[in-house]
Amino acid sequence: MSTNGSKLGVEVRLEQLRRVFAGVVALDELSLTLAPGELVALLGPSGCGKTTALRLVAGLDEVTSGKVLFGGTDVTTLGANKRDVGMVFQAYSLFPHMTARQNVAFGLQMRHVDEQARNRRSDEMLELVGLSGYADRFAHQLSGGQQQRVALARALAIQPKVLLLDEPLSALDAKVRGRLRDEIRRVQLEVGITTLFVTHDQEEALAIADRVGVMNKGRLEQLGPPTTIYSRPATPFVAEFVGLTNRMEGEVKGGEVIVRGTRLPLVRPDTPDGTAVALVRPEAVSLASDGDAGGGPLVGTVIAVAFLGATSRVTVDLGDMIVLAQMPTSQAAATPAGSRVSLTLRPDPVLIARDETAAAEA
Amino acid sequence: MTAAGNPAFNAAARPLGGGRRLPLTWLGVVPFFIYVGIFLLLPTAIILAGSLIGPDGSISLSNFEGINKPYMYKSFTNSIEISTISAVLGAIFGALLAYAVATGDPKGFLRRSVMSAAGVVAQFGGVTLTFAFVATIGTEGFVYLWLQQHGIEMYPNGVWFFDLPGLTLIYLYFQIPLMVLVFIPALDGIRPQWREATESLGGNAWHYWRYVAGPLLFPSFLGCTLLLFANAFSAYATAAALLTQGGVIAPLQVQALLTSETGSSAPGLAKALALAMVAVVLVVMSLYALLQRRTSQWLR
Repeated sequence: MSTNGSKLGVEVRLEQLRRVFAGVVALDELSLTLAPGELVALLGPSGCGKTTALRLVAGLDEVTSGKVLFGGTDVTTLGANKRDVGMVFQAYSLFPHMTARQNVAFGLQMRHVDEQARNRRSDEMLELVGLSGYADRFAHQLSGGQQQRVALARALAIQPKVLLLDEPLSALDAKVRGRLRDEIRRVQLEVGITTLFVTHDQEEALAIADRVGVMNKGRLEQLGPPTTIYSRPATPFVAEFVGLTNRMEGEVKGGEVIVRGTRLPLVRPDTPDGTAVALVRPEAVSLASDGDAGGGPLVGTVIAVAFLGATSRVTVDLGDMIVLAQMPTSQAAATPAGSRVSLTLRPDPVLIARDETAAAEA
Repeated sequence: MTAAGNPAFNAAARPLGGGRRLPLTWLGVVPFFIYVGIFLLLPTAIILAGSLIGPDGSISLSNFEGINKPYMYKSFTNSIEISTISAVLGAIFGALLAYAVATGDPKGFLRRSVMSAAGVVAQFGGVTLTFAFVATIGTEGFVYLWLQQHGIEMYPNGVWFFDLPGLTLIYLYFQIPLMVLVFIPALDGIRPQWREATESLGGNAWHYWRYVAGPLLFPSFLGCTLLLFANAFSAYATAAALLTQGGVIAPLQVQALLTSETGSSAPGLAKALALAMVAVVLVVMSLYALLQRRTSQWLR
């Protein structure tokens, strides 16, 4: 397939990007460098500044201060139509009066490529996204997932320096979402284009990205590979936003936290002593049938078992709190709802919840 | 309440009257069909039947030969001319106003006030409207007289106000707001992503209008212009109040033929002319519906 797969992506650098809307800071000094060909996902709740960041890179919005560089060239003052970016929007971005082929060819038409060449290129791009037979269809004759594939083909047809994806899957239903997510990743790797992907869906971000940047209130909280983000969250916000977390009260003492008699190491050993809420991942909780039915701080009753496929999530009632435990389904089968179990907490380093929430919990 | 203890609920979920639900569901639209029948189909049938009855009471096509006279022809072309001009001007100015409103805040004061004003003004017509214009810029109107006192003659090349140009001007008063009302939905259907997509694909504002917004809006614009044409074509009272000379435009010609003071009334001829008007409106409205259907697929 001649899709210029040999074309190397460029480095994209965001330097202290700041955007203020009518006194409200939407983006606060975001600095981020995407290596050539890398896919970075910006993840965060709505209003965290991730879409603002993307629009500043696209040139659809103006920076308050800071710089955007593509391959070392400052593009901060260039308009969107001069930046050479390919953009895929959330939904409904195809021109409805044009066929899929005409949509894909549009950017080439703007670049004065002759009709024969642009139709040839359109057909190649549609083939790349798996829609060869759909060139003559209009947007309203395509499903939501197909429309997004055409949008992807359209964005890539102009051979942009950077690909920007603004929640491209959020308007689709779950099954299509997963498939298209993998498809986007495949195409991105095949073309080798530097890509910024914005999403509020952690599963999506963790599945697709080389690195994930978690954002909150206009700031980048943590940037790292998905595994690090998940297993070594740098801040309590990241720990709670990415993945499920048990909030368990404990006592910080000498760089450790004691949760119901179990000593757990801290991610930040310099945490001051005192009562605190430890954030414990469900995978760090394991169960054993409590034959003796004896008491103890970590003995409780299974109240629900949620089958998730290869793994299952077991909900245990300890009397004064609910704890989630995740384990292989085969293990979960041994502890059906109603059984008495005792919990073991794996001594992974844990984070302490933010002060304000800890105080509210107490 | 448990589900089992609620048999009435289950019974209600079944269609009424077993499987025969069609007669009941149709009952709801009966008033509409009665309305359409009495106020639309019946008059059309009367006009059709009447147009086929000659002066001697026999069935003939003589009335249609009768309307093929220069003065009848002239009133018809006058009607088409004034409707076309007021529709095109109304569509252009109305579309510009609608665009200004559509690009503003959807819940803002400008939009709410313009939309309600347009809703009222688009329905304003007839004798009251004509009188308002006569009292303002007629040869006894206060604006005309005030300007005259200040040495400005509004009609230096003869008074055109009481002729077809004046009627066109008055028609614009309701044509522009009608255009705002009917064209706004199309403008609202234009999504901001299309402009942004155009930009990110390398296009500028001209490309956006030339290749995206223009082609998307044009069918709707054309359709709305046709609606305005039909609106002006069928207007009667406004013209009747302004024009003293009878039969200048088709609706006035129909009136003249029905109520001739010299006793030469020709109801058959009037109905034949009215039928010709119905035919024009039918063609225009069919095209309008066709164009609207096309855009509705794009601009949902």
